[in-house]
Amino acid sequence: MNTILEVKDLSMDFGGLRALDHLDLNVVEGEIAAIIGPNGAGKTTFFNCITGIYNPTEGEILISPPGKKRKKINGLKPNRVTKKGMARTFQNIRLFSNMTVLENVMIGRHCRTSSGIVGAILRGRSTIKEEKDVVDFSYNILKKTGISHLVNEFAKNLPYGAQRRLEIARAMATEPFLLLLDEPAAGMNPRETRELDELITRLRDEDNVSILMIEHDMKLVMSLSDRIFVMDYGRKIAQGTPSDIINNPVVIKAYLGEDIDA
Amino acid sequence: MIKAQEIKKSFLVSLWFMFLTFPIMVIRVNPIEKFVEWRWKNMLVVGIGSFLLSFVWRYMLKKKEAGEKRAETGESGKTFLIQRILEERRFYIPLVTGLTIIAVAFPFIFSMYQTSIMTTALMYIVLGLGLNIVVGLAGLLDLGYVAFYAVGAYSYALLNYHFGLGFWSVLPIGAVLGFIFGVLLGFPVLRLQGDYLAIVTLGFGEIIRLVLENWNEFSFGPSGIANIDRPGFFGIQFSLQTASIYLYFLMIGLVIFTIIVVNRLQNSRIGRAWIALREDETACQAMGIDKTRTKLRAFALGATWAGMVGVIFAAKTTFINPASFTFLESAMILSIVVLGGMGSILGVIIGALILILLPEYLRAFSDYRMLLFGAIMVIMMVFRPQGIIANIRRTYKFNE
Repeated sequence: MNTILEVKDLSMDFGGLRALDHLDLNVVEGEIAAIIGPNGAGKTTFFNCITGIYNPTEGEILISPPGKKRKKINGLKPNRVTKKGMARTFQNIRLFSNMTVLENVMIGRHCRTSSGIVGAILRGRSTIKEEKDVVDFSYNILKKTGISHLVNEFAKNLPYGAQRRLEIARAMATEPFLLLLDEPAAGMNPRETRELDELITRLRDEDNVSILMIEHDMKLVMSLSDRIFVMDYGRKIAQGTPSDIINNPVVIKAYLGEDIDA
Repeated sequence: MIKAQEIKKSFLVSLWFMFLTFPIMVIRVNPIEKFVEWRWKNMLVVGIGSFLLSFVWRYMLKKKEAGEKRAETGESGKTFLIQRILEERRFYIPLVTGLTIIAVAFPFIFSMYQTSIMTTALMYIVLGLGLNIVVGLAGLLDLGYVAFYAVGAYSYALLNYHFGLGFWSVLPIGAVLGFIFGVLLGFPVLRLQGDYLAIVTLGFGEIIRLVLENWNEFSFGPSGIANIDRPGFFGIQFSLQTASIYLYFLMIGLVIFTIIVVNRLQNSRIGRAWIALREDETACQAMGIDKTRTKLRAFALGATWAGMVGVIFAAKTTFINPASFTFLESAMILSIVVLGGMGSILGVIIGALILILLPEYLRAFSDYRMLLFGAIMVIMMVFRPQGIIANIRRTYKFNE
């Protein structure tokens, strides 16, 4: 198994506050990994660091996309990171609300296409072809994520569950090797969560994408993930398979507090 | 029950208005004959007027809220109508043919004065469409747009004065200079957003104007540059009348060219990136769009159009000085974009026609025309903040 994401000794300070404290983490090809932890443990900060939104204070972030060389991505801008093949979704949905569903996904194709201003004005053969490819590709992703009936709706008019799906679809349009999902099931009802479970598994199996997700829904985490990382106060306090984690006293302590008898 | 409440509300409104207008509408001091005139009749008029108008106001607000609710549930009536007219050929073709006939016949039917006003309106359409790229599509609030307009105008005036270059050779130069200045301004403001960006661009606009005003050796200061050549046509010199008709058709051509370009851009890879940038900068960047380049492109392209229109402006008026490029001008162009509907081509065109032609034709009520003008703007923004024509995104059809 190849490691595709390797995070070594990552720290992030906000002024005097240490949000991430010497964190080590890795993701191997084809797995679904989950990060769990109480609120404020630094999970989203971790995502922001590895996607280039924050520049980490210390440590190294290395990626090795399948078939390519290992590369350090510290300090790269978010758009460069996405182009390298790591795409993310956001905890508080950040869609382009006044664009249609299809256009939202088409934005994801931006970094894989190249036509510029002159091409757009002259609308030559290559631009028309590229545009058509983008539309077809995006529509296929919408079909795969099960929201193709909403193509021409404005993103802001979508029901909540569909918005979450659209975020995933948009990230998938960038053809990532690693998909980072920030609380994909937040606010979903049990049925929507089940459908999400199925969608994520299908993306992994059919599109050869590995998944790293932050999630609070334990049922989803336990059923989906191959490995789980547990964070608390910016540190990784445990890692392992779901069954390891569920019985780990350190994890139980972090979630439920100190045991009275101990 | 509700009726009684409504009446009470309107009554309070009319009381408030009577109180507010009391000093100016009621009291009149006559200093010559040394007595104070109390015009209670005016107070009555204000009271009754505001009482009735407040009903209309509330009715309109209710209608607007109902419209918003309908839009949320996805069944909007009005926007649909416009979309249908634009899409269906049987509406679209007669409309375009009609407009073409009017546009071609206009200078031959109406006087030179009317043609000249219309040419000005067409210039503002192009300026509006150019600023629409920056403000409407990319969401970058630019309050110094007139600076690029000045760059274009002065490049023609100076090149014509010193080297005798003609209109047609300077038009592309003006566009290129506009582009370059757009990039120059773009660089320092790339990291700014919203209000901060607005203030920096405002400052930039003022800098350009002040430089033109004070650097006498370069720009001849406030006295400006006169006797700029009108656009030529293969060396033929026109009479004043033919020249204005020629300029009119030149502007029609430029408007059509601009519409085609902007229309193609907004449904292209670059155009979508602009809109995404407007909607959510963080998400846009996280989806792989280079924020810096996208912003620069918007700025530079918007400025290109301002540069071009600047050249035409100099050629039309044959005299320019810094007074033509004040902040008011930027505000006017911005109003065109906002009133018309951000990001909507048709909206900007209608907005420009209203804002430029209305004050001209309101000259009949010259005392009140700026008052009416202001009232229309306020009313529009209260009842239709999305502009006359809201932006419509392209829809795609799939047969599967």
